[in-house]
Amino acid sequence: MTTRIDRAFAAAKAANRPAFVTYLMGGDPDLATSQAILNALPQAGADVIELGLPFSDPMADGVVIQMAGQRALKAGQTLLGVLGMVEEFRRKDENTPIVLMGYYNPIYSFGVDKFLATAKEAGVDGLIIVDLPAEEDNELCIPALKAGINFIRLTTPTTDDKRLPVVLENTSGFVYYVSMTGITGAAIKSRSAVGEAVSRIKTHTDLPVAVGFGIKTAEDAAEIGKHADGIVVGTVLVDAVAKTLVDGKATDKTVSAVRELVADIAAGVKRARA
Amino acid sequence: MDGTNSLRNGPDEHGRFGLYGGRFVAETLMPLILDLEKEYRAAKVDPEYQAQIKDLATHYTGRPSPLYYAERLSKHLGGAKVWFKREELNHTGSHKINNCLGQILLAKRMGKTRIIAETGAGQHGVATATVCAKFDLPCTIFMGATDVERQMPNVLRMKMLGAEVRPVTAGAGTLKDAMNEALRDWVTNVENTYYLIGTAAGPHPYPEMVRDFQSVIGTELKEQFRELEGKLPDAVVACVGGGSNAIGTFHAFLDDPEVAIYGAEAGGHGIDIENGHAASMTGGRPGVLHGNRTYLLQDKDGQILEGHSISAGLDYPGVGPEHSYLHDTKRVTYVPITDNEALEAFQLCTKMEGIIPALESAHGLAQVIKLAPKMGKDQSVVLCLSGRGDKDVESVGKYLGLLK
Repeated sequence: MTTRIDRAFAAAKAANRPAFVTYLMGGDPDLATSQAILNALPQAGADVIELGLPFSDPMADGVVIQMAGQRALKAGQTLLGVLGMVEEFRRKDENTPIVLMGYYNPIYSFGVDKFLATAKEAGVDGLIIVDLPAEEDNELCIPALKAGINFIRLTTPTTDDKRLPVVLENTSGFVYYVSMTGITGAAIKSRSAVGEAVSRIKTHTDLPVAVGFGIKTAEDAAEIGKHADGIVVGTVLVDAVAKTLVDGKATDKTVSAVRELVADIAAGVKRARA
Repeated sequence: MDGTNSLRNGPDEHGRFGLYGGRFVAETLMPLILDLEKEYRAAKVDPEYQAQIKDLATHYTGRPSPLYYAERLSKHLGGAKVWFKREELNHTGSHKINNCLGQILLAKRMGKTRIIAETGAGQHGVATATVCAKFDLPCTIFMGATDVERQMPNVLRMKMLGAEVRPVTAGAGTLKDAMNEALRDWVTNVENTYYLIGTAAGPHPYPEMVRDFQSVIGTELKEQFRELEGKLPDAVVACVGGGSNAIGTFHAFLDDPEVAIYGAEAGGHGIDIENGHAASMTGGRPGVLHGNRTYLLQDKDGQILEGHSISAGLDYPGVGPEHSYLHDTKRVTYVPITDNEALEAFQLCTKMEGIIPALESAHGLAQVIKLAPKMGKDQSVVLCLSGRGDKDVESVGKYLGLLK
């Protein structure tokens, strides 16, 4: 049985380009605006969507995504609210995969089984939970796989050949290679090192490898996309939301700013292997 | 007693104390945490490492710290004899140095060239800056901006010792936010940087490691008390924020059921006030934060609350995982102490014993003040006087209206 994630990466591969994975924080700056951004992403060029679960203490995120999470929480966003966004999205889009990205505590607090059932029902395809390494697979990863939801693991420059098999064992959907040791929003240090790392990971797995952290422009996307099966763009899109706000509130430019930036970077993705 | 029924066997190989503990960190940090565990296991059985710690404890820290009979206070309370384990007399003024010396030697063994740490009251920051000066390592201390304000003397000490103090403005600018920022730095600079965690919390093996380094408190106390009184104390008391001085005090007594054990949590304005206290076991529920599962102050959606305490060192929404386990098993009784109760204890100790306690330790003392009158005159209660209060005189002075 192929999944939405499998099909999205396969379609990009067939078109001889990497898949374009875009991130937005669920509920930033408010539920209605965030829903409008989410709904607009596929048409702007996103192949896979990462939807952020806001958390009070995002230990692996830079200030841009920290602030976005705070805006969402201040506007009253909850875990159930984010799942509601997925449900709403699925009314019109049956094909674009959605991966929830966040931290474990809100899920643990909600209840793992109840969360997985609700997420599956809403149309969630995968999970990226930053603070659940392979050593804690029994918490959520194994139950998620049983519930038919992919658990996508981050691998990093510190994940060496000895550790990679441990990390990849229960990974499904795709592998997310974090291009640097650092938090979201930092600058990428060496593009060529990324290509080598992707090749190294590919000797251990048949899953597609997407690269994220530090990809900010169409040029970055074109360059990194030469070697990767997917590229992930997050912080600059969240920053595009932030820049349109007035007194923390959405304006008529908010949705279009994200849509235009996604379209622009999507063009870079398309010429990656041209 | 190291049998199967011992409460002193934790953690298991997954870093768990029952449900609590674990390794809830980003993948970037996992290889390092596994390395650290390996290195610590090796160091633990290395006689040279142990000898180094012993030597530094004696000649640098000034151990053993005295066990002091607080005679006036005992008579005033009219019940049990009250004793202080004088950790405030350690070099740098608190128990924090015990842990810092152990960890800096590990960092050296691992070849790390830069140290980071978080601090609340600044006691751990000062202790870290101190060992970094001694061992010639650059260090960066993350401290909430609110805490920088209310613990200025310690900020100055850290700077004079050569540390860089980075104020953290995210959130309420307290210990939780400092820890988030330290973790972000660590993820970024994992290759050369050692994170010297100051409390018995965080991902495995930190809770175990910090407990081991602090257990010298309870081990000494037990021996000293036996020498003076020929028996075990009837009760031991310590304040609990993350809980490093508490676990260090308690651990030696966990398998002695005749010794009652009390941990004093920060009750702030009162535990009925949401976000008005930092008593994570009395007022929280289990969750996952900063690398471990433990009792946390959180809202119904699993978002972490800031908490409040007059004492910067206790102003943290979590607690070390071993305390959560001891709370569930009921071996230790955790009680909330309000800001006002701590302030009263602070003044009483200062006036009656000529000892200015840290506001953190004053929470423990407030519990002693409640306990002692209900105990017999032939009984004894020992408080871990974890830190001295010089750093607090300005903020207490403000509360008491002595300063404009």
